Amino acid sequence: MIRTPLRPLARILSARENGENPDAIEHQNRRLRHEQIRDHDRNRAEGRLLVLGVFFFCAFVVVGARMGLLAVSDPVEPRAQAPGSIIANTRADIVDRNGNILATNLDTHALYAQPHHMVDREGAAKALVKIFPDLKEDRLIKDFTGKRKFLWVKKKISPEQMQAVHDIGDPGLLFAPRDMRLYPNGKLAAHIMGGSSFGREGVHAAEVIGVAGAEKYFDTYLRDPANAGKPLELSLDLSVQAASERVLDGGMKLMNAKGATSILMDVHTGEVISVVSLPSFDPNDRPHAAIAGDPSDSPLFNRSVQGVYELGSTFKIFAVAQAMELGLVNADTMINTAGPMRVGGHLIGEFQNKNYGTISVSQIIEKSSNRGTGKLALLIGKERQQEFLRSLGLFDKLDFEIIEASGSTPLLPPKGKYGDLSAVTISYGHGISTTAMHLAAGYGAIANGGRMVKPTLLKQTGPVIGARVMREDVAAAARRMLRDVVAGDDGTASFGDVEGYFVAGKTGTADKPKARGGGYYTDKTITTFAAMFPAENPQYVLIVTLDEPSENSGDKPRRTAGWTAVPIAAEMIRRVAPLLGMRPTIEPAEVAGITLTSSNN
Amino acid sequence: MKSVIYVLTALGVIGLAFWAYRENYATQAVLNNTDRLHAEIRDAHSRLAVLRAEWAYQNRPDRLRDLAELNFERLQLLALNPDQFGAVDEIQYPAPELLPITNSVDVSTMNAENDL
Repeated sequence: MIRTPLRPLARILSARENGENPDAIEHQNRRLRHEQIRDHDRNRAEGRLLVLGVFFFCAFVVVGARMGLLAVSDPVEPRAQAPGSIIANTRADIVDRNGNILATNLDTHALYAQPHHMVDREGAAKALVKIFPDLKEDRLIKDFTGKRKFLWVKKKISPEQMQAVHDIGDPGLLFAPRDMRLYPNGKLAAHIMGGSSFGREGVHAAEVIGVAGAEKYFDTYLRDPANAGKPLELSLDLSVQAASERVLDGGMKLMNAKGATSILMDVHTGEVISVVSLPSFDPNDRPHAAIAGDPSDSPLFNRSVQGVYELGSTFKIFAVAQAMELGLVNADTMINTAGPMRVGGHLIGEFQNKNYGTISVSQIIEKSSNRGTGKLALLIGKERQQEFLRSLGLFDKLDFEIIEASGSTPLLPPKGKYGDLSAVTISYGHGISTTAMHLAAGYGAIANGGRMVKPTLLKQTGPVIGARVMREDVAAAARRMLRDVVAGDDGTASFGDVEGYFVAGKTGTADKPKARGGGYYTDKTITTFAAMFPAENPQYVLIVTLDEPSENSGDKPRRTAGWTAVPIAAEMIRRVAPLLGMRPTIEPAEVAGITLTSSNN
Repeated sequence: MKSVIYVLTALGVIGLAFWAYRENYATQAVLNNTDRLHAEIRDAHSRLAVLRAEWAYQNRPDRLRDLAELNFERLQLLALNPDQFGAVDEIQYPAPELLPITNSVDVSTMNAENDL
């Protein structure tokens, strides 16, 4: 840039000669220079702005183009950074405690039709009926020739059937991939599994939803894609469950019972190792729920958690344990059980109007005396009794991990009507209806040394230590009494002993209430045997309940627990305890007697 | 001097273009291979699921029990009983044989014959 001097000498001199102010020239030149500088700066700034504008324009165009492209293109999985394991879009498996599969998925296909694409509608309908005999030909022809543009023909078909349909060769018959829920063990643990069906269905996929049992309770977990590789581990043991079902099924038939249930529970963790309810069903082909009639007649009825019944004398041990806990009695305290005993205007009687006279507390349990426990209940008082039974969980709805357990609320005397009479009857298990699972929890507390235990269907990693509900020595004394019921001379459960396992337990026989009210049947009973083994340090609690059993080998039918539920429970323990890895304890052999050496006189 | 730089630059551009071209196709090949492997893994997973289901189905307790009953003559399998196993320290071993007693000495007769 050529720099113009502010005061050019020639102009200054001529200005001076003309008498003008030479400063004016300097001012003029200075102004011109400033104008030049300003123009230059403006140009530069405009250029910069233009470059910046172009840059921003390009940037926004790129962002916009990318967004537009993303919006119109099909979604593609990132191919380069795919995760190591394939995310399976399937429902998680259910396995037992040893990892054996109880429920899994199988790929299958559904068959659907688009009639407007079909070539030979009637021919296709005829061919389909040949492959699937359960379809109706006239119905299919009506559907195919009608206005419908889409219809499902079959929800699940086998590969062979798929090939056969393929061979029909009609372009209007199409297949949709499906995940099918499979219960490979069939009827085994059917009530726990429940069953599943399809939720929302599309051509490309359908969601599998649980409809009952654990499938429904854990539906959210099982459907979460994050859990696809992590099966749901239950506390059940497949082989123990199978053995229990077989024994109970045989026993139920032998005792001519209408239904039966058994629960085997670990007393330290609350894990339910096996739970059976008979009659049963196949969850692969779940029957429809009964609309009319007694729900307990349906095979879908889960007796272990839905069967709310009076469980009879099995409750007696709770009254005795509480009386000992409160220090009112000990095992040897003598109680006069002779009648008549009148509470609230009602006569309290014994089984078959027996009279046991004055007997010890231990014998009250052994002989199962109603008046004996009734007197203890009066000693305890109704408030304390309610408190104790509530602490064992017998008053509350069951919190068990299958959906049916939500209907397991115990039936109690109405509020304000829990009087002395209720206290007395409840002490021997009448006037309170609970499920067998409640009873298992109550006996679990006695078995594990006096701590509350909550039955659970999930595998636990270690002992679950609940709140203390009774002292350890009380629990031990109660167990000794229960052992006497089985091993004692007058025990009601003399058939219950299994060599090597020292079974302890209590029988309970309750008359069945009439469905529409109005008293009890005289020839229908619910018999229960609540057992624990081995008596000294119990590991498991077993509850066996039979619905309307009758043992007909004698002159007249026997309907007591001692003749029906007890032998089944004993057989079950004999069969199941080895599977649980419990070694039988052999009673020490007799010490060799001292033999005298012979001598010769 | 300038022309040498131009030639070198041009050669560099050609070289880089060639490299980018090869890299592009190598990447495509690897991606295709990955896709194929993913498909294989997916197939293997579904095969595995079917096999697992099949295994569980074939080993269901009902079937095993039926098989044990069918083949009872050959296998002689019975349900495990409590008396078939136990703790080692509860086994009664045969008493060691006594050494022959020679030169026995009578300590006392204790009227043994009368008592027995």
